[in-house]
Amino acid sequence: MDVLSRYEPIVDDVEAFRAACERSLPAVVRVNTIKASVERARRALEDEGIAVDPVDWHPGMFRLPDDQPGANWPYFHGWIYGQEEVSAVPARVLDPEPGERVWDAAAAPGSKTSQLSALMDDRGVVVATDSNLGRLSALRTNAERLGITNVAVTHEDARVHSLKPFDDEEYDRALVDVPCSCEGTIRKNPDTLDEWTLDHVQGISGVQKGILTRAIQATRPGGTVVYSTCTFAPEENEAVLDHALDEEDCRLVDFEIPLDSRPGVTEWDGEEYDPSVEKARRIYPHHNDTGGFFCAKLEVEG
Amino acid sequence: MSDKSTRFDRIPADDAEREELDDPEAATREEVLSFWDDRYGVPPETFEEHTFWERGSGKLWIFRGDAPSPVDIEGLGMTFLRTRQEHWKPTTDAVQRFGREATDCVLHLDDEQASAFVAGEDQEIPEWDGDWGYLIVTHDLAGEPEPLGVGLYLHDELRSQIPKGRRREL
Repeated sequence: MDVLSRYEPIVDDVEAFRAACERSLPAVVRVNTIKASVERARRALEDEGIAVDPVDWHPGMFRLPDDQPGANWPYFHGWIYGQEEVSAVPARVLDPEPGERVWDAAAAPGSKTSQLSALMDDRGVVVATDSNLGRLSALRTNAERLGITNVAVTHEDARVHSLKPFDDEEYDRALVDVPCSCEGTIRKNPDTLDEWTLDHVQGISGVQKGILTRAIQATRPGGTVVYSTCTFAPEENEAVLDHALDEEDCRLVDFEIPLDSRPGVTEWDGEEYDPSVEKARRIYPHHNDTGGFFCAKLEVEG
Repeated sequence: MSDKSTRFDRIPADDAEREELDDPEAATREEVLSFWDDRYGVPPETFEEHTFWERGSGKLWIFRGDAPSPVDIEGLGMTFLRTRQEHWKPTTDAVQRFGREATDCVLHLDDEQASAFVAGEDQEIPEWDGDWGYLIVTHDLAGEPEPLGVGLYLHDELRSQIPKGRRREL
């Protein structure tokens, strides 16, 4: 089926949207500032004759128009990490400080975990959770290559995440970058939508609600939770926020991002959501020439 | 044994704490700091904010911060040092992160040698006249020396210790 056609009512320029979804994206790397400065990483790439185009909204990212990220010296040294640029948004919205306790609820394979750690200057702790051991092993390998020492890894279902290993201490912040139907990644993986079904969207929405709810419970009052997906489906985005607002003591807050974005939608498919879901941001491929993304920032109350 | 495999224990601080453990082979924090200082010249202050943990037998992990001990999780910081054997061996990742501070037992390679090293090849390097054993191997990157990993130097030969999964043709 033509999955993208379901979003025509909420996208502003359908033709541009469709055209962007069909264009491929260049490889992008984020500099791991735990091991190298942005300038030194750039120089190391250029010394190998690798063309680097800066990402104007993010000082530590480069597009590599002609290369893949994994086969060069700075990669071997853990100075860079291959990460689609729009996926660098949620960790920056979470904005963790050195010394804080942070939970990355669906962490593997670790692009955002390692970004959080770098934003914290490798101080404090990032608890990185995933339910899949194979993916966790990839996360550990990536984190070690990047030289990260403030990450603790737990293997469990995030919906029933336990605070016990760390004496029941609550988090200052939590990143809930959940498994999703990945519609926004078609520019990297054109086959993404081949297996798309509404049943899957609805099923995974239940998992997303469970993880977000647990993250709000595990974060201290006044703490911050960021919810994100790489999909356009309101069932996985605003509907999940609406559920959390109903069930838990929290509110959505405004935030700035340096990319062109649209507000969350308050109506979809006959459902109406809490009006504050407008504070969430929808990032579409045709506005910034990136992948698609959804991001919301919540403050825990109570 | 599956319980054991995810259990991290903080290593004893010194001889006195080790005696309470009744485990004479256990490495102490004091010994770990001396090892990096005596062999590689990496000053103990480098690890001031870190704690050291053992999982399984002889594999030490380094964690920035503290945690209740023992802790039963999948990973705590990064793997750091292999102990409970005659010659302790730092991990590639530990050397890449902390080896910049090293002043002793550092072997610097040229571009061609560095490529062979990260491809996992052993090579003749007779001009090294320092200690034998596990050396910190460096090359120049973006204008300065940068540690690549660990090499085992014996009889004029440098044996690459880069783990299979990290080897690259560069």
